[in-house]
Amino acid sequence: MLSTFVGGGRALERGEIFLLMNGAQAVLESLRRENVEVIFGYPGGAVLDLYDALYKAKYPHILTRHEQGAVHGADGYARATGKVGVCFATSGPGATNLITGIATANMDSIPMVCFTGQVGNPYIGKDSFQEADIVGITTPITKHNYLVKKVQELPRVIKEAFFIASTGRPGPVVIDIAKDVFTAELDYEYPEKVHLPGYSGDFTGDEAQVSAVVEALGKAKRPLFFIGGGVNLSNQTELFRQIVDHTHIPVVSSLMGLGCVPSTQDGFLGMVGMHGSYAANMAVQECDLLIGVGVRFDDRVIGKVAAFAPKAKVVHFDVDRAEINKNVVADYPVVGDLRWSMPIFAHLLQSSGENYTARFNIWRNYVIEMNDQYPFAYQKHSEYIMPQELIETVSQLVDDNTIVVTDVGQHQMWAAQFFNSRKPRQFLTSGGLGTMGYGLPAALGAKLGRPDKKVVLFTGDGSIMMNCQEMSTAADNDIDVKIVLLHNRVLGMVTQWQRMFYGKRYSQTLLGGKTDFVKLAEAMGMKACRISKPEELLPGLRAALAAEGPMLIDVMLPANEDVLPMVAPGACISDMVLGGEKE
Amino acid sequence: MKKYILAVLVDNKPGVLTHVSGLISRRAFNIESISAGYTEERDVTRINIEVSVEDNRELEQVVSQLGKLIDVIKIVNLGEVDSIVRELVLLKVKAQKETLSDIRNIVDIFRGNIVDVSPENVVIELTGSRSKIDAICEMLAEFQIIEIARTGAIALSRGPIPVKNM
Repeated sequence: MLSTFVGGGRALERGEIFLLMNGAQAVLESLRRENVEVIFGYPGGAVLDLYDALYKAKYPHILTRHEQGAVHGADGYARATGKVGVCFATSGPGATNLITGIATANMDSIPMVCFTGQVGNPYIGKDSFQEADIVGITTPITKHNYLVKKVQELPRVIKEAFFIASTGRPGPVVIDIAKDVFTAELDYEYPEKVHLPGYSGDFTGDEAQVSAVVEALGKAKRPLFFIGGGVNLSNQTELFRQIVDHTHIPVVSSLMGLGCVPSTQDGFLGMVGMHGSYAANMAVQECDLLIGVGVRFDDRVIGKVAAFAPKAKVVHFDVDRAEINKNVVADYPVVGDLRWSMPIFAHLLQSSGENYTARFNIWRNYVIEMNDQYPFAYQKHSEYIMPQELIETVSQLVDDNTIVVTDVGQHQMWAAQFFNSRKPRQFLTSGGLGTMGYGLPAALGAKLGRPDKKVVLFTGDGSIMMNCQEMSTAADNDIDVKIVLLHNRVLGMVTQWQRMFYGKRYSQTLLGGKTDFVKLAEAMGMKACRISKPEELLPGLRAALAAEGPMLIDVMLPANEDVLPMVAPGACISDMVLGGEKE
Repeated sequence: MKKYILAVLVDNKPGVLTHVSGLISRRAFNIESISAGYTEERDVTRINIEVSVEDNRELEQVVSQLGKLIDVIKIVNLGEVDSIVRELVLLKVKAQKETLSDIRNIVDIFRGNIVDVSPENVVIELTGSRSKIDAICEMLAEFQIIEIARTGAIALSRGPIPVKNM
């Protein structure tokens, strides 16, 4: 779908060193040089000149139906490909509509560059039409941001933005560009290097810190890996798997680390934390060396800080120095990019001469047995389709060449528990911010980035409505995503908390249930089907998932199912409410 | 709560103060004062931040989080090295003929200067430590202080080595 960029500055073919072009062309030329394949965006007054240049250059662009769709689309693209996602929006309301998506990307460290139009230089600060202080608004939720008021600054700023977004701990960068900058002319030269005195982009650390971990491992009897999004983001999955194969240390994962180790592998205990597996949480509480790799010890994982991993020394591998000791005190910090630390760690483990497998065997067997004894479980019902059963069935029907995207809520947790993530960048979800409405546009972005993959979205009847307009985007651009709608007519996760902690007072969480999602999808130009009975589940899903083109599968579910196990917020993570029964 | 003065060298670019102050507020760090000014290097601004922290771990968080900002070039905790701390205050104080000599005596004791005078008031300039400034304010209270402007603390380490080379 994405043809290569054919436009280019008008003097480009002449091969001159300096090219005369305007700011709008300079933006596109810079994106071309950054190998940006597709832009997600929505036009408007302040970016008319940019869109005019885009039209002339035929730069690949996906018009979403809301700016929030554009920013989540760029995010999904970035997560699926590992490249920097790019989106455009106009000034004022266009730019403020990006905020939720920027915050989402920031919390999960997703590389993204967002371009927003700003009112023209003479109008800045005058409360002009569609003016908003985007640098001010986005400062707390970006890795960095810029307001460009002079056209000469554009190439440097764009070069820096891509460098900052993609290096170290990745994150979103916003470039706000005054309208008159787009039409001003410049002698274009794209810098080869960035000069940022406060940011070298070098994230190597101190090897002695890695040696200290290997030494600590030499004394440990019950070590446990705790992996997170950093392993995914730094593309260290292969090497990490080798380390696990070599040492046979059991592994637990945060929501963001799913897929780094195949969920079917022995010694992988699944997700840890509030809705983590029994074995994962118990292993954390019983281990004597907890080796965090690319994690940030989020409160949804650690529960009560004082009672978290009480018997363990803590190792913390992270690229971000500020993560060390932020939530949990690290006995052995290793500050540096995992791309630097993991190879050294692997090498030191290899050359230590230790037979880790033999040493940790008893511990490993103990936790595996615990995991076999208390798997994620639920009871099937003859009249209803259980949500867990739905996820399991999809998991069985799709192969490794599938990207799963989720929205936020109960379905997200069930997907994390019951979908077998086998590969990195295969499970895309809004972890840190927990953004309802993330799923559909992110799924579109993922599909555009990885057209070779099947993309399946798990969403709920709450979440889908927060960005349902993007079904039009999917249909009009024929972006082949399969929307599996877990339809239970309630805002499930909130009702669960109301059931557990608020005396079943379902305040504003019962949806009327009159919305016909099949008709809604069809009205927007998508195919759709409905599955209501358990016996329809397997054949219905098989047919729908095999169909060509975007499709919504509306699966009717009971309203009162809980996500279990569950640790109450702020409680010790071994204090779990278990659920279901082993089949 | 312990107080420290951080010397923060930043890239002299638009938006840098927003980035620094925004970070302090969103991470809920407690600051006593913040001031900024040009330095011996054209591209570098120095921001002096006086922070209050519970413990070393919190101090470490403040420094690490500030260090993450792209515009921040260097941070040195001047509370950890031998350093000179000063603050400038301008005080507008009510003064009549009868009280002027008393006020002047106090100002002299504190080695301050009277920099403006009118039939009804004087403006006093004084540099010193926070406690010295607090003390003069206390002394002048009986004459009625009309207005106070304080810069917040700035600091330099003793010896020849500048913060940028620490």
